[in-house]
Amino acid sequence: MQFDLVSPERSLASMEATSVQIPGADGDMTVMADHAPTITTLRPGVLKVDASGTVHEFVVTGGFAEIGTQGISVLAERAVSRSDITQTDMDAMFDEAQDSYSRAKDTFKNDSGPIDDAAKLLADMVAVGAEIGLSTKQPSL
Amino acid sequence: MPNLKDLKNRIESVKSTRKITKAMQMVAAAKLRRAQEAAEQSRPYAERFNAVMAGLSSAASGSDSAPKLLSGTGSDQVHLLVVMTSERGLCGGFNTNIAKLARTHAAKLRDEGKTVKVLTVGKKGRDQLKRDLGDKFVGHVDMSEVKRMSYADAQGVAKDVLGRFDAGEFDVATIFFARFQNVVTQIPTAQQIIPFAVPEGYEASETLYDYEPDEEAILADLLPRAVATSIFSALLENGASEQGARMSAMDNATRNAGDMIDQLTIQYNRSRQAVITNELIEIISGAEAL
Repeated sequence: MQFDLVSPERSLASMEATSVQIPGADGDMTVMADHAPTITTLRPGVLKVDASGTVHEFVVTGGFAEIGTQGISVLAERAVSRSDITQTDMDAMFDEAQDSYSRAKDTFKNDSGPIDDAAKLLADMVAVGAEIGLSTKQPSL
Repeated sequence: MPNLKDLKNRIESVKSTRKITKAMQMVAAAKLRRAQEAAEQSRPYAERFNAVMAGLSSAASGSDSAPKLLSGTGSDQVHLLVVMTSERGLCGGFNTNIAKLARTHAAKLRDEGKTVKVLTVGKKGRDQLKRDLGDKFVGHVDMSEVKRMSYADAQGVAKDVLGRFDAGEFDVATIFFARFQNVVTQIPTAQQIIPFAVPEGYEASETLYDYEPDEEAILADLLPRAVATSIFSALLENGASEQGARMSAMDNATRNAGDMIDQLTIQYNRSRQAVITNELIEIISGAEAL
């Protein structure tokens, strides 16, 4: 099955994969060949690609995945290989989430929906930090 | 007739101008290659994104609960024109062409009785539009610090636009930029980004997809990204166009300087010869008089 990871600026990875685990908005899912065509949004998390034995891991902050008949394309706004990620990257991602949370709180004062979404984004970001072993700043809610 | 010294100075100064334009042309050529590469690399994302959006929007556009970014606010009274130009001049008609397109567009909307607001990206377009549309300016994005256009820059512009849309400042947004065709041709283009319109050439695919969470949630998530993606593509196209326009403008300037040097050199040689002839005549007539 063909796996592609593209960011707006360039294509990050393109390989033949046996299975791909994606952090879907509703929960993780693993995609193997002949998966039903699906489009899902992503939450911040770790994307695991099993390419015939070698596992590649990428940290993604959001975007969506398109599972078609030919393979899977993940369109991520920001994706960094797990081995390359630095504290600076992590901080930048966290700041972005914190920023969008503060903004949601200002814009939607009476509507809890978007605020909860942004809070979840922030919580996901902290979870990613914990998973890959990088500390994040304390979220201010 | 200018004297010899003046001509010589003139030739020297045109020669150094030629050196500068030549250097600028070569710099532009190198930058153009980089800009084209960046545009090339961004294409897979934009293509897949638009393909998915085409499928989603055709499914959702009929329903009443479609997000405002897709279906519009229900009116088209206030238009926001996002005019993207360069930060630097000396690139031929590049900025002028974009500004002209924006100006005619604004005039047309005004004749129809619509309200026009202008958001400028890049200093040059702002300067050119200041006279006609200065009172319509609502904001400006400065790109002079940007060395290499990144998605974050496009997101910055998109956030600005979306913030204004959420605040109900406008109904329809259109971006103006120059599409890169080749080094000599850049086509000024207007593209509507809000409400979302699927760019030409994309159609809903045949495949039936499952959506997770559901179509509406995905659409609500993707529409703001679609604005950023369109702006990013436009900025990259603009970057390539700017360098292309500068390259051909500087090529012309170099050639013109060369022609001018040739002309001036001929004039210089003629004057020099005239001076010599004059001196000879004086000597000969002096000798004959004796």
